[in-house]
This record gives sequence, structure tokens and C-alpha cells, in this order.
Amino acid sequence: MTSALVVKGLSLSVPSAKGRVTVIDDLSFDIPAGRRVGLVGESGSGKSLTAYSLMRLIKDPVRIEKGEIFLGGEEILGMKMKEFRHLRGNDISMIYQDPMSALNPIMRIGAQIVESIQLHSDLNNSQARKVAIELLASVGIPEPDRRIDSYPFEMSGGMLQRVVIAIALSGEPKVLIADEATTALDVTTQARVLTLIDKLAAERGLSVLLITHDLGVAAQFSDEIMVMYAGKLVERGEVNQIFSNPVHPYTKALLNSRCDYTIDVTKPINSIAGQPPRPDNRPTGCVFSPRCMHAQPKCHAEVPRLESVKGRLTACFRAEELLELGVAK
Amino acid sequence: MATQTGSVANLSAVSRIFKGKTGTVHALDNISFDLKAGKTLALVGESGSGKTTAARVLLGLDQPNSGLIEVLGRNLGSLKYEELRLLRREIQVVQQDPFSQLNRRHSVERIVSSPLLAFDIGDKESRREQVIELLQAVGLEKEHLNRRPHELSGGQCQRVAIARALAVNPKIVVLDEAVSALDVSVRAQVLNLLREIQITRGLTYLFITHDLGVAHYMADEIAVMFRGRIVERGDRDDIFKKPRHHYTTGLLSSVPLASPTAEKRISEQDQSLPSPVADDSCNYRSRCAVGLGRDDCKSVPLQITQGSDTHSWLCHSPIERS
Repeated sequence: MTSALVVKGLSLSVPSAKGRVTVIDDLSFDIPAGRRVGLVGESGSGKSLTAYSLMRLIKDPVRIEKGEIFLGGEEILGMKMKEFRHLRGNDISMIYQDPMSALNPIMRIGAQIVESIQLHSDLNNSQARKVAIELLASVGIPEPDRRIDSYPFEMSGGMLQRVVIAIALSGEPKVLIADEATTALDVTTQARVLTLIDKLAAERGLSVLLITHDLGVAAQFSDEIMVMYAGKLVERGEVNQIFSNPVHPYTKALLNSRCDYTIDVTKPINSIAGQPPRPDNRPTGCVFSPRCMHAQPKCHAEVPRLESVKGRLTACFRAEELLELGVAK
Repeated sequence: MATQTGSVANLSAVSRIFKGKTGTVHALDNISFDLKAGKTLALVGESGSGKTTAARVLLGLDQPNSGLIEVLGRNLGSLKYEELRLLRREIQVVQQDPFSQLNRRHSVERIVSSPLLAFDIGDKESRREQVIELLQAVGLEKEHLNRRPHELSGGQCQRVAIARALAVNPKIVVLDEAVSALDVSVRAQVLNLLREIQITRGLTYLFITHDLGVAHYMADEIAVMFRGRIVERGDRDDIFKKPRHHYTTGLLSSVPLASPTAEKRISEQDQSLPSPVADDSCNYRSRCAVGLGRDDCKSVPLQITQGSDTHSWLCHSPIERS
């Protein structure tokens, strides 16, 4: 299978009282063409910085220390910004979390979509407007020929996120990043917007990176799952593997600490003790070791590499052992 | 410990109307509920359904246009300012944002002791002891006394806010989206803590959340709100196992479950959201698969159907359950 996107050894740093500290540490992954990869983790794990790196939106004081990103085979981090601008929107585009701040509040939504279309094509105003109306229709906005002249404040959050999706799709990208795209929406609206993204991705053969802290969203709308913790990728596998038989103790603990309406209410939730380490205070060895109930001396001293264990990638010294234990239960 | 029976607060037929340039919004449209001693009532619903307005009128932070609110047998509408202030020893609140509800320039000690000061409880030394006890009760340490909010994580700030709410030993705590801003693993810790202190201190909770999973875990009783009305109310099993209102089932089926094999059941109803305008008939009908085609849903005023002692709903054509 070809990869729409490949990330190799990406590391990012931020300044702190202790000098520059690493926030994303040697991150490597790919997004296979046409697949939906869910990236889950808690706040501060580095999900959004990953997304911003892919869009080359990393700005001072955050810095990319090393790494390569290949988009359709072309390396983009070393590319001149002028060249990359032709790819951003055309080859890769992104839906942001808050639709209200992603859009210009004093510009009609139509003008904002037309602007984006014309940036990526040679269409004149009336042609671009036609395309914009078609786009609005395709993202499920009723009466698109009338709503195109609305201002953002005249629309609900769910409708605005559809407008943002329309803009993201206006350059006909191949890779779509959705960064907590439905987190700000009500649950019924969220379900509809996610279903829409799913449908559009299938129709257009998009490769999707779905970034979310919501395990339910990831489970329902991804083919593969990547789990990040404290700037590291700790596990990656097919969605069924990760949710039915996770190996990494963090993945397992994260799933156990969820609180959806299927859990047993007679017992306390299995929460993870402590909290994720801050970037300037990351432990030596495995980043999860201070909170891990399976940690051994080696885990506190050495950094585990992401390795293949029974068809999935896990960064844990005790992966095989724990997998057997898990199966035995 | 509070007694296990009887109600400690109730709202009856409360309406709160906001008049604006674009029309009148019925934020609360004739709602009634009571809080039973030592129990948790969850208000669930989408943004704009009136959950927080209900909390505000219960706390006496907002006055209803009509209806009666009683807290510990006292009618809020008849209380003078000072009486209302004193009543706040009995009813406290924890809000959503862990950072903005704490004064960022104050130390944890000052934040947690401020209700004690406000009610002139104890002297400086005994207050300090009490604050340490409170911090320990919410899983923090003595060493946190001199920290300021920016030195704490979101989960720790929320624990400080809980400690502050407990300082005056209230009977009722209103938790308004108190765990919504927290990450999964930290949220689980705080939910466990809230359940624990409810039992040890005999607290009554009004738990406001948009998260059905959290409501399921925390609440003895759940009221589902839609545009200012309670459309269904029941205990945990009533709502999660035998929901009767179409909106409740719509909400439940919209929650993505962390299991890839879970069935996806997303209804494709109209998403238009007219503002909550008073109308005695059903205001959910434009989104309802059943009500859209029925005349009575459009024209016949709704009345509460009491299906059992615990379970009631507001619907002409509820989902049939045997």
C-alpha cells in the first residue's frame, strides 16, 4: 500500500526555564493512501503540534529540531515556503477545532470560500461562486445559494464547521487533517459532522488524520489508531486490535478510565494515578513508567522503541509478556 | 449525614424568559424538579437547553419570571439579600473552567479559606487547619497551600474548586460541567473523588453535564432537557435502558462508543435550530422522525406522562416499551 504521508523522526522543542525541552520526540508514522488514521492522546501529548507540523504552521517559540515529512513522496520541511504554499490546501488541508475562530467574523462565508477556491485555481468570480455553492451543498448546508451570503454569526456551530470543511475541501486535497474538529459541537451535531467527513473522505478517496481526545470518536471513525503520550507514539494498530486487545499499558489504562454509558457504575472508574508529565519534567526511560503499574527497573532507565508485536506497533519492553497475560485472562 | 429521604431543594413550574432584539427566548419553560437528600440529579442536554440557567436560578444568581424555588424549605423569592447570603452556606457551586473560576493572584490557601472568611468562621489558625483538611479530602497536600492556580494542573485546580465549595460544609453542591474540561484519565479521578465525598459528607448533587456517560456514572436520577423543557426524567435504568422520548434515544445513539464494533445509529433529521420560542406543543417535532408527520405534535399541548413512580416524559407518541 502506498503512503499518502510519511513522517520520519520528527522532533519539536519549546523553550522553558530549563532551556529548550523536547515536546515531540522522534515521531515516525505514515498515513496509507485512502485510510483514516485516528490519533488519540490527552492534552499536551503533542497531537496538535503534530498536525501543525504537517501543515508547516509551527512558529516561534516552538521549533522543529529534526525530521522529515513526505507528502506524496515529496519532502516538505526543507521546501521553500513559497513552494509549499502550492501544496497546502491543494494536497493537504486541515479542519480546525473552533469554527468561529477559523472563519473571519466580518466576511460573508461565500467570500471566504471563494477566496480559498481562487487561491487554488484560475476560476473567475462567478465560476468560483458556483463552485462554492456546490461545495456548500455537498457539506449538507440547506439552501446553499441563499446561505452563501450569510455571515458566520448567523449560523450555528455545526453549520459553521460544515463551512470550514467546505473550505478545507476547496483545493481538492488528498490528505485531510481534522484536529478535534467536532470537539466544540453538541453530541448530536458531532455525530452528523463526523458522518459527513467520513462520507466525503470515502467519495473523494481522501487519506484522513483524525485527531481527537475522544476514544469513542476515534473508535467509530478510524481504520487505524495511533496513541500518543507525552510527545511519544506509544502504540499503533488496527482499530479493532487497539480497542479490543490493547497492549501498551497506557492505551489499556486510557481505555479503562473512559466514562461512557456502558461502564459498570457500581465500581469506581479505573483512573490512572498522577498526571501526564510536563515537557520540562519528562522522566528518563519510558515516558509512561512513573504511572505504569507494570513498570520494572529497566522501564525507568531505558527508552523502549516502537516495535512490532503480533501485528501492531508498541513501545513497551513488556509488550509480549503483557499480551500473553491479556490473552490468558 | 443528611437524611436519606426527603427533598432538600425543589423547583416548581419555573420559567425564565429572556427578551432580546431577535425575539423572546424561553430558557426555562415551566420546569419542575427536586433534589433528594444525599442523591444526585443530573441535568443533561445540548448547549442552549437551559441547564445552566436552571442552576443559576437554584443558586439565587438569577430570578425566574414565574415559579417557585425552595432550598431547604425556604422560598428563594421571599428572601432578603442577607438571608440569601446566609443560605449560600448550604448550597455551593463548582464550575466548568478549572482556571477561570479561581483568582489567579491568590494562593490555594486564600482561595479555599475565602468562604470561611466570608461567613466569619474560625480564626486564622483554625482556618488554616481546616484548609489543610479540605485539601487532603480532595487528594491534595499541605505543600499546595502556597501554590497559585498557574502552578497547578487542570485536575488540581478543579480539586481546589471542590475544596472551596466544601469549605462551609454545604448540604447541596451544584456541579456545572465540573469535569468537562478535564482529560480522560484525570476526569476519572475527579469523578471518583466526587462520588466518594458525596458518601462521606452526605452531599446532594445537582450535576450538570452534556456528557451522557458522566451522567450515567454519577446520577441516581436524570432529567433530559431540550430547549428549556425537561422532556424526560427517570432513574438511571429508565433513561439508559428504557428511554421513551425520541430526543433521549437520539442523544444516546449520537454518542460514539469506544468500541469499533458498536452499531452506528445516527438519525438524519433536520438540524435546523429555531430559537426556543414558547409554544405549548412539542418543540422537538422539527427534529423528530415520528412527530414531524403527526398533527397532534404540532397542535395539541403537551402534558407530562407519568409512566412509573420514577419515570416521566413529555411526548404524544413515546417509544413503546413492553
